[in-house]
Amino acid sequence: MYKLLLSWRYLRTRYIALASIVSVTLGVATLIIVNAVMAGFTQEANKRLNGILSDIIFESHSLRGFGDPEGHKTQIREILGDDLAGMTATVSVPAMLSIPVANGQYLTRQVNLIGVDPATYAEVGDFGQYLLHPENRRQLSFQLRDDGYAPEKQKFPVSGWHYRRQRIRFERALEEDLAIERAKAQLEAGIPQDPTALATSSASEASADSTNEAADGDRPFDPYSRSSAANIATLDPMTHQSTGIILGVAVCSQRAKDLDGQVRDFYFCHPGDDVKITIPTAGNPPSAVNDVVTVVDLYESKMSEYDATLAFMPLDALQNLRGMFDAETNTRYVTSIQIKLKPGVDLNSARDRLQSRFPIKQYPYRIQTWRDMQGPLLAAVQLETTILNILLFLIIAVAGFGILATFYMIVVEKTRDVGILKALGAPSRGVMSIFLGYGFSLGLVGSGVGLVIGLLFVAYINQIAAGLEWLTGRPIFDPTVYYFQQIPTIVELPTVAGVMVGAVLIAIMASVLPARRAARLHPVEALRYE
Amino acid sequence: MSNSPAISSSPIVARPTAEQLPHVLPLHRVPAGSDAVGGQQLFAKNLYKSYCKGKITIPVLQGVDFTARRGAFTAIVGQSGSGKSTLLHLLATLDAPDAGEIYFDGRRIDNLAPTKRDRIRNRSLGMIFQFYHLLPELTTLENVLMPIMISEGFWRYWRSKSGYAARARKLLDMVGLSHRLNHRPRELSGGEMQRAAIARSLIASPKLLLADEPTGNLDRQNGREILEILRTLNREENLTIVMVTHDLAIADQADSTVRLVEGQVRAA
Repeated sequence: MYKLLLSWRYLRTRYIALASIVSVTLGVATLIIVNAVMAGFTQEANKRLNGILSDIIFESHSLRGFGDPEGHKTQIREILGDDLAGMTATVSVPAMLSIPVANGQYLTRQVNLIGVDPATYAEVGDFGQYLLHPENRRQLSFQLRDDGYAPEKQKFPVSGWHYRRQRIRFERALEEDLAIERAKAQLEAGIPQDPTALATSSASEASADSTNEAADGDRPFDPYSRSSAANIATLDPMTHQSTGIILGVAVCSQRAKDLDGQVRDFYFCHPGDDVKITIPTAGNPPSAVNDVVTVVDLYESKMSEYDATLAFMPLDALQNLRGMFDAETNTRYVTSIQIKLKPGVDLNSARDRLQSRFPIKQYPYRIQTWRDMQGPLLAAVQLETTILNILLFLIIAVAGFGILATFYMIVVEKTRDVGILKALGAPSRGVMSIFLGYGFSLGLVGSGVGLVIGLLFVAYINQIAAGLEWLTGRPIFDPTVYYFQQIPTIVELPTVAGVMVGAVLIAIMASVLPARRAARLHPVEALRYE
Repeated sequence: MSNSPAISSSPIVARPTAEQLPHVLPLHRVPAGSDAVGGQQLFAKNLYKSYCKGKITIPVLQGVDFTARRGAFTAIVGQSGSGKSTLLHLLATLDAPDAGEIYFDGRRIDNLAPTKRDRIRNRSLGMIFQFYHLLPELTTLENVLMPIMISEGFWRYWRSKSGYAARARKLLDMVGLSHRLNHRPRELSGGEMQRAAIARSLIASPKLLLADEPTGNLDRQNGREILEILRTLNREENLTIVMVTHDLAIADQADSTVRLVEGQVRAA
């Protein structure tokens, strides 16, 4: 009882000791904040990574892929049984994307083009959620919509059929004007020309130019066709779209500050525009094939790695374009099967079961979980968290030395009290417990205050960041870098508990030496101490 | 060894009556006329104690014998440096002698393990000091309760808290401090602090009270009152008291006196 009473009284009357635990408080608060932010980032990143990647990816090593996807699916279904939630076959191929920009120039981007089956792709991931058009979020479609893209984005350019028609009208009018200007110039130079004939031919050239690049998704497939020359002039881009493609938002845009200093996206193309793709065929060796496709939607997962590299188009169109079918057996080829498992199923065990059925020595398949694929990124975040934790715990350890020094002072100051207690029959162990209890309560108070500060900081972290930005005039959290509008945070109870326990333990450990000194004091000498 | 007979018992101040000094120490009260009265409660023989200062050894006690009879008021007198406080510390088991033996109630106590000596100090001995030695962070009442808090575990103390507090209040009332229960030591006068220290020394119903110059730091009036309280306890409760003092007038009131000169007992 006396140990508790004295620990409590010392805590209440020795404010200098409280000063020594300010560093414990700050250390605990910082650890809580850093861990909450890192956990927030990790979870957000995981959510987005897993949203795009299915749980397990079963893929072929070769660009040609493997045949009989349905047979493979059946076998996978047998192996995974009830653990399976959904499956879809996809074709994944590196592609070159050429986006027409001003003055006949093309912006070239390297992308990973994925052919997906609109009917089943939603089974394996949250891909649809990240599309800009609300209708497409409900049901994936590769048809261009009239309008209504990205209603939540304020400065998103007008997109869809209306925009497409307007653009083509404008381009044609511009081309006619240019043709007339050219004809006039030739007349003035003395070259005899029929102006009306010239105008007509210019218009048809312009029309041919645009239709030249258009490909009809409905036309019969001709695998030997290297270009769409055969279909020239059969389609009018005013009324027909080419095969739809969905681009990652960062593939076709750049985030930058405008003249007012506001962060916004500048789009090189958007839904309604036509772009060119160049991809390798499925042959051996592969040769390049190109096509014109119509951007039907954009994809924004806010994971810059994906938003800047992915593009999606219909599976069958991509298979047709690459020649991924066997005419004799009428089998289509795919490069991967994406597998979604039910919640709570152990990913690694499911992967191992599949790997044992399709051993790597016999089958040229790579079977990975999404964590395996994102191993380096997840490991880097994990490493960063670990190092930060070690560094911050060192701060608390330094605080421990402060507590040790202060405690030594307090023990010296309390020498006579120790003598009195011993004279009254308090055992050395009891005297030691008083100072250990004192250290414990200091640690508890320090980490408790740190906990409150840390949690409050986490709760108002975005306001604090805004305030700091206002004070310093520099961006603290730059959305152009992170693709998050706000700093994501998650307070994990085990982490907080671990930090608290660690801090209290350090405070107790720092008070062991002074407490031992107090316990070893000779009662007579302690009573004589002035 | 020298056991002087009681020289004088004439009161210096008016003694409190039995009503004024309630019987709050029933546990070890020795009934008058019993065989135990006059027996040796504390006995020490051939005590040696020296202190080292660097390479120099300073002998403090050199073969001291001491006896305190049960129920007696024994005074230890001597000049400063004669070793009287050291002797008291050895008797109180606060320190161990270099040689010699100490017996308390017939049981040797100088060679006991530290925890057992702690228990004897806590439960069987009461101590008061010249400089009161109250804990500054605690109130008067808490200071008085401290020996009980030390001897009882948390739950046992908590269960009987009100009983212990009532007993402490009674003791404080006995020494005339019932109006100072919740004051801190720094808010008390010297006399009040010594009264509180006496109340603290009595809370565990000790068999023996050891006092190290309890009036040495007090004015004459307060000194007399403190002494009278001790005398009354000795007389009314038959509490064995061993008191160190350099004041011969006080020593005159003791039943027996031990005089120390340069670490050795001399005839009183």
